[in-house]
Amino acid sequence: MTPVLELKGITKQFPGVLANDHIDLVLNKGEILALLGENGAGKSTLMNILYGLYHPDQGKILINGEEKTIKGPMDAIHEGIGMVHQHFMLIPVFSVTENVMLGEESVKIAGILDKETAADRIRTIGEQFGLSVDPNAIVGDLPVGVQQRVEIIKLLYRNANILIFDEPTAVLTPQEADDLFKIMRSLVEQGKSIIFITHKLREVLEYADRIMVIQRGRVVGETIPAEADQEKLAEMMVGRAVDLIPDKLEVETGDIVLEVKNLVVADSTNKVTVHGINFALRAGEILGVAGVQGNGQTELGEAVTGMREPESGTIQHMGVDYQKIQPRQFVENHSAHIPEDRRRDGLILSFTVEDNLMLCTYYKPPFSNNGIINRDAVHENAVSLIEAFDIRPPEKLNLVQNLSGGNQQKVIVARELSRKNKLIVASQPTRGLDVGSIEYIHNQLLKARNEGCGILLISSELDEIFELSDRILVMYKGTITFETDTHETTKSEVGLYMAGAGAQHAVPEANPSMNDEVKTYG
Amino acid sequence: MARQMKDLSVRRSDTRKLILGLISIGLGLLVILVFNRPFSSSTVSTFLMTPGGYTEGVMDDILVPARMSLWISGGIMILAGLYHLFVGFGKKETTFLILFSILFVFSFLVYVSADKRINIASLFSSALSMAVPITLGAFSGILCERSGVVNIAIEGMMLMGAMVGSIVGSVTGSIWLGLIAAMLSSALLALVHAWLSIKYKINQIISGTVINIFSTGMTSFISSMFLQNIQSLNKTPRFPNVSIPLLSKIPFFGPVLFSNSLFVYGMILLLVVLQFALFRTRWGLRLRSVGEHPKAADTLGINVYRTRYMAVILGGLVAGFGGAYFSLGSVGRFDEGMTAGKGFIGLAAMIFGGWIPFKAMLAGILFGFADALASSVSILRSPIPGQFINMLPYIVTIVVLAGVVGSGSGPAAAGTPYDKE
Amino acid sequence: MANQTPPNNQPTEEKTGTVEIFMEELGRKPERRQSWLGRFWTSIQIPFLAILSGLLLGSVIIILTSANVYSGFRDGFLPGIKAIGNAIVGAYTPLFAGAFGSPSRIIEALRTGERIGRAFKPFTQSLVETTPYLLSGLAMALGFRAGVFNVGGEGQIYIGAVVATYVGLSFTGLPQAIHMPFAMLAGLLGGALWGFIPGWLKAKTGSHEVINTIMMNYIALRLIEYLLTGPMTRTGSGGMPISNTVEPSARIPMMFDPPITLHWGFVLSIVVAILVWFMLFKTTWGFNLQIAGANKYAAKYAGLNINLWTVMGMTLSGALAGLCGSTQVLGVTYSMGLGVSAGYGFDSIALALLANNNPLGCILSALLFGLLRTGSRTMMSNTGIPLDIVSIIQAFILMFIAAPAIIRTVYRLKGPKESDKQLVNVSNWGGN
Repeated sequence: MTPVLELKGITKQFPGVLANDHIDLVLNKGEILALLGENGAGKSTLMNILYGLYHPDQGKILINGEEKTIKGPMDAIHEGIGMVHQHFMLIPVFSVTENVMLGEESVKIAGILDKETAADRIRTIGEQFGLSVDPNAIVGDLPVGVQQRVEIIKLLYRNANILIFDEPTAVLTPQEADDLFKIMRSLVEQGKSIIFITHKLREVLEYADRIMVIQRGRVVGETIPAEADQEKLAEMMVGRAVDLIPDKLEVETGDIVLEVKNLVVADSTNKVTVHGINFALRAGEILGVAGVQGNGQTELGEAVTGMREPESGTIQHMGVDYQKIQPRQFVENHSAHIPEDRRRDGLILSFTVEDNLMLCTYYKPPFSNNGIINRDAVHENAVSLIEAFDIRPPEKLNLVQNLSGGNQQKVIVARELSRKNKLIVASQPTRGLDVGSIEYIHNQLLKARNEGCGILLISSELDEIFELSDRILVMYKGTITFETDTHETTKSEVGLYMAGAGAQHAVPEANPSMNDEVKTYG
Repeated sequence: MARQMKDLSVRRSDTRKLILGLISIGLGLLVILVFNRPFSSSTVSTFLMTPGGYTEGVMDDILVPARMSLWISGGIMILAGLYHLFVGFGKKETTFLILFSILFVFSFLVYVSADKRINIASLFSSALSMAVPITLGAFSGILCERSGVVNIAIEGMMLMGAMVGSIVGSVTGSIWLGLIAAMLSSALLALVHAWLSIKYKINQIISGTVINIFSTGMTSFISSMFLQNIQSLNKTPRFPNVSIPLLSKIPFFGPVLFSNSLFVYGMILLLVVLQFALFRTRWGLRLRSVGEHPKAADTLGINVYRTRYMAVILGGLVAGFGGAYFSLGSVGRFDEGMTAGKGFIGLAAMIFGGWIPFKAMLAGILFGFADALASSVSILRSPIPGQFINMLPYIVTIVVLAGVVGSGSGPAAAGTPYDKE
Repeated sequence: MANQTPPNNQPTEEKTGTVEIFMEELGRKPERRQSWLGRFWTSIQIPFLAILSGLLLGSVIIILTSANVYSGFRDGFLPGIKAIGNAIVGAYTPLFAGAFGSPSRIIEALRTGERIGRAFKPFTQSLVETTPYLLSGLAMALGFRAGVFNVGGEGQIYIGAVVATYVGLSFTGLPQAIHMPFAMLAGLLGGALWGFIPGWLKAKTGSHEVINTIMMNYIALRLIEYLLTGPMTRTGSGGMPISNTVEPSARIPMMFDPPITLHWGFVLSIVVAILVWFMLFKTTWGFNLQIAGANKYAAKYAGLNINLWTVMGMTLSGALAGLCGSTQVLGVTYSMGLGVSAGYGFDSIALALLANNNPLGCILSALLFGLLRTGSRTMMSNTGIPLDIVSIIQAFILMFIAAPAIIRTVYRLKGPKESDKQLVNVSNWGGN
């Protein structure tokens, strides 16, 4: 049988880098093919070539045995290729119908939209593949899992046979992810074929029919789940043995460095996202806050570091109670903050590396004396931090916007950890980074903990939480639904709480209010 | 949870209530204590209800006893302010604000026209025609921004349109050719704006500034080089008023609404077309998608660049239509700087109207009213110097913008160049 | 805080991958070093070519509007070409002579030592014009650095000028050492107030400074009209909008004997440029302003009160524009009229961007603009080409500066694309 899709010798050169180097790929009808590789390995480039967003320098694309040229997304759609992007390509202020029909609108005469016909088709597709969603809902009001369903419907609406999923589980709970893979399974059973891109080893082993590993633009191996395990895959992915679990020393915990009492925080749209939570963090421990993106962790991290004013409650920081703490106060009291949105909050992209390396304390000696900036001290600081934290390229006058994501994060980590800290709040410290940088940052955080620093680690990567934390909190819909020592629990238990288990007992009224709240969104 | 949320919104609106309540009471006191002061009980303000020179749709003059009506309206204003302060209008706050403003404007009119006559029908009629360039500016802005391109060059485009319209109108003697030339010249500037901001991805506010500076320079250049010396180049026929049969005979409303320049009808026609096309057609859906999330539109095969070029050029045509109003619709010649910031006020109307054509027109009419009020009050030789009255439209713009921004939000991608990677 | 963060809390995730590997490659390779001359050329080629192209396009407009060119072409192709040449030479010769002075006269004066004043009058006149350009250009540059787009320079200049005039004419008997600085300071504060209002509105309500400053310009203009025809009108002016002349004690002294009218305000403006440069690049205050201007989220993260610094940026920018207004009144016109600012507030936008918002660079671009304006006066009186040609040329220059890619394409320059960094960080309506 001819494969539905065949890529032969796909090569794509970007200035200075070979993103895809003669990649061959075969996708058979009715199979789920996993494309595994770390960030920057070239898997997204490959899929963007397939989707017509990039044009290959060499190589052929065969669909059902016939060679095709794909010049743009329209050609891809025409050939039955559809893509669920990692960041959903949905317009929040449009309805489901409008989002789905966009580009392929049903119209009456003179280009007047016929939303009813389109909505009917959406319902039909929903029934056929088990993807129920209200066509008239506004997309911005829908939970993330449902938004992803809308994305899938968009593809099916265009009769896509080859479905590409780009990191589809990044924003989902383990349970939602399970649901997604059930949907994917039902899709292939009805004759569709799926490629899914991921760097998560567990998913690949559990759900793929076949696995292709890509490293630095090349295919380095192909296997099936039955013949592989996590260590083997990780090694193929990175090209060397990876120490998945860093060493942790036993450290005596010390005084409370951060305590939060009845903290209530609202987000930028004035929707309350943190509903009166309590916890305490001691010196020498890492407290992991687990939870799916959007359950209040972002606002919690911002509130304790002074980036966001809490609505009520107290933040006890180094033994002093605050209603609202100022970012500068926070820093001056021996604390550091690795912000979640590093490019927005943590860096000034148009400034040089050396200016960014003094960002939080530039107004104090040694960087400034009596309001005059001491450039010598700034240079010195930059040179030593670039060296110590291995920031590449090692140019202090380089603009930060010219650095890679991993090195940008290193600039933040270098700046924040170079101070004498008693508390570090780290929000999603390794999101989107390559394995090497992740390892590096994890080790730096552990080192700080071993030196007696208290760390609040907010992360939606369950693996990261388990590798680093001494204790774990689970946040769900703005409340803490579960609190435990790391060694007394399992990933699947925490995953259950992340998906909402335990929420019923903790806060009975949490659920009904949810719907009202999200309406205010957008 | 729900209770906490409620507390939150209540606390937030408390300051607003306090401020609005106090302002209302203050204005009420102003009406009673200041406006009312110089009048005897027999002072009468005369409101003419038919524009000068009209024989159709005549309505009798209204005589308003100044003192009594100021007491009444000032009293209502104070009571409403007190009510808002202590009880609050809650969700009806907008209605309260509108009614309150009407009452205040009424009091003001009574005050300035005491012992004099003010033509209310002319006031409304000129409010409508002064709303034309502002509203068209807003429409032009809506077209551009809904597609993701911020356009502060509307002022410059209008100025160019006004000049080219006047020259072509004067040379050919045809108002229609003048209008077409005005629209094309401004579309040409729009093309440059589109080119700079879509192809070269330069900051769209800078790109708009380039065009504004160029237009101001170019129109002044041509004006002082040619128009001021050669009268025949700057003496264009104007669009006449057209009365709609039957409807124009309705007292008051006839002359105000149904006997107008073609520009007013054009504005209303454009409103209907734009409102429908933006929200009910494939064209509009695609245009809006490009302004909200260009990448999503691109992945569905919509040509982002082409859509944006089209929208900006259409916006230019609309701005040119608005610019032609100044020369071809209003005075019949071109004067330097005659747009007087109307393009920028149009942008304010667009923001105030939440990027929706219908609401933007209402905002445009509000600004037009401020303009008309300024000119009809300055005729009356009121105690307030004319220059202060003439500041009114600009002050209203600032106040309205201050009150409205943050509550509504524009197209998500407006101002951001689209990079295909 | 409301409207501090965009509604979607999804982090802006970066594209690693190709870019990352690319950058690492870059990091390994030793950078190719250019000679200092090459580097100097690289750094000035865009502004230089932008100015050149602006002047070229300006001459295209002069040609297109010249009647002689059309009549020349009616006679044939060669006469047409000749007419084009004449039009350009006819326009630019007086432009240069007006800006720099006539070379023969200067040589003659230097040789004989006579009539030096007359020979240098045009160039010093250009320096007189440079002064307001420099001060208003500094206002814009500082604003851009602080992340605000102050289109209200014109209004702030007017307000500064009228306040300085008021102080200059209503106090008598003060010694010059007190009166003149006092009047200058008052003008500066007036401009600062006019900048503060839109800055405060932006910080408090999020309404955009571009629209508000333009509205403030119109309000200022009406206010000045009122003052100059009403309370401050010149006795016996018959309703003309002009004020009385300021007291001699409030005037800025001249640097040379007549006929040269260069006043010490020119030196002041250079000093101010150096001070602004020092403030922006050498002090924590300046760093604060620049952080606030570059990224308001990071500014908050770094512990700044972003509202305060936005207001500060607008106020300081307004203050510089106000100072521009007061130097014009106290150093040049001595009385307030509606023509006190000849569009400096708008021209300075191009000026500041031409200088890459660097205060020291502003000195050079202000000199250029001053020369252009003085020269174009002579050009106007000799050839009848209106002054507004300068605005047109400035618009072209601004366009090329803002879109260097055009210059690169036209002149086939090879240059790294990344070096086309964003000139300004001007926010959009939503306040993000």
